[in-house]
Amino acid sequence: MAVPTVESPRSGRVSPAYSRTRSSRGNFEMGAWLFMRLSGVVLVVMIFVHLWTSLVAGDGISQVDFGFVAGKWASPVWQVWDLVLLWLAMLHGTNGVRTIINDYAEKNSTRMWLKGVLYTATVVIILLGTLVIFTFDPCPVIDGVAHVASYCPTA
Amino acid sequence: MSTPTIEKEPASKVELPAGVGGGEIPSFDITLKVRRYNPEVSDEAHWDEWQLTMYGTDRVLDALHKVKWEHDGSVSFRRSCAHGVCGSDAMRINGRNRLACKTLLKDLDTSKPILVEPIKGLPVEKDLIVDMEPFFQSYREIMPFLITKGHEPTRERLQSAEDRERYDDTTKCILCAACTSSCPVFWTDGQYFGPAAIVNAHRFIFDSRDDAGDMRLEILNDKEGVWRCRTTFNCSEACPRGIQVTKAISEVKQAILTRKI
Repeated sequence: MAVPTVESPRSGRVSPAYSRTRSSRGNFEMGAWLFMRLSGVVLVVMIFVHLWTSLVAGDGISQVDFGFVAGKWASPVWQVWDLVLLWLAMLHGTNGVRTIINDYAEKNSTRMWLKGVLYTATVVIILLGTLVIFTFDPCPVIDGVAHVASYCPTA
Repeated sequence: MSTPTIEKEPASKVELPAGVGGGEIPSFDITLKVRRYNPEVSDEAHWDEWQLTMYGTDRVLDALHKVKWEHDGSVSFRRSCAHGVCGSDAMRINGRNRLACKTLLKDLDTSKPILVEPIKGLPVEKDLIVDMEPFFQSYREIMPFLITKGHEPTRERLQSAEDRERYDDTTKCILCAACTSSCPVFWTDGQYFGPAAIVNAHRFIFDSRDDAGDMRLEILNDKEGVWRCRTTFNCSEACPRGIQVTKAISEVKQAILTRKI
């Protein structure tokens, strides 16, 4: 004889809009949270050193031109410094905007589109930035015309 | 030896002459505006307002009672104990989540209308009554009960005063949902576990007698778990029991981190 069961009076009552569809039990969100804090601390130091060397030390802001940048990147120390700064700042910012999208977009489809745009922009900027750091030419020749500044070797 | 007993009326039944006894309670006029919603009449919510003469000892709940009992019996709200323990009457009073039974009218700005709305982020069923099921669903998911391993002891499970102190703050929760429904992250889509669930997980995670802390930490290490907390402190500000909710959440975050690393 089947035992009659009484259904829980509340069963199935939670509005489907509130039920967590699938649980992601990875550690991604924890990693992202930790990365934000660690990269934030590192960025505060790196950004202020960057600002000081570019804008305060030496002749200050008037010294900044292609030649100044090329001079800085002639040293591998500044190449690595700026590379780390670029990657950390971009990933830190992207992760911040990602959480803002998660918090403010209400539909999963909106989230997907906004994050798609965000990640595309991030990848393009990081790749371009990395390329420039290692291939920067302060005296470019464009369409056969040499853009010669005072610091460029005269042909 | 017995003393002659004189039949005396209990003090509560003695009529005091005017001017004797406690001081006069000051009275004042307020405007109470209540957010009304009745899906059987209209899909649109609207504001109703009443002019009431209230006393210095009255709370927002007393004003709601006065409206319901003397002006409009259709005004709907939850309340059970009416003394700040059952957690039934959390509502948005002048834009802040409060218990109606703990908010004295004299502490509000009575020169302006007092706005009373249902708590945000949960589906409104009627007037100030919301569907609390999504809130309790998250509460159930964190397993808010003692889980132990090994043999059942023959006596009660003893605990040192220090071990008890560790999670004392989070035992105070009355599940009124004032915190969860004040959380902007919860407002977005209602997927976040919410402060109340994390507070009640904290109560068992840091209980030395409980053995399922790891399971609860794993549950809260979810995409919608503790990492969605933005430390805006809305929950700590809203809690009628004064629980340091944001602190409890960050302690759970740290516990997850130290466990993983």
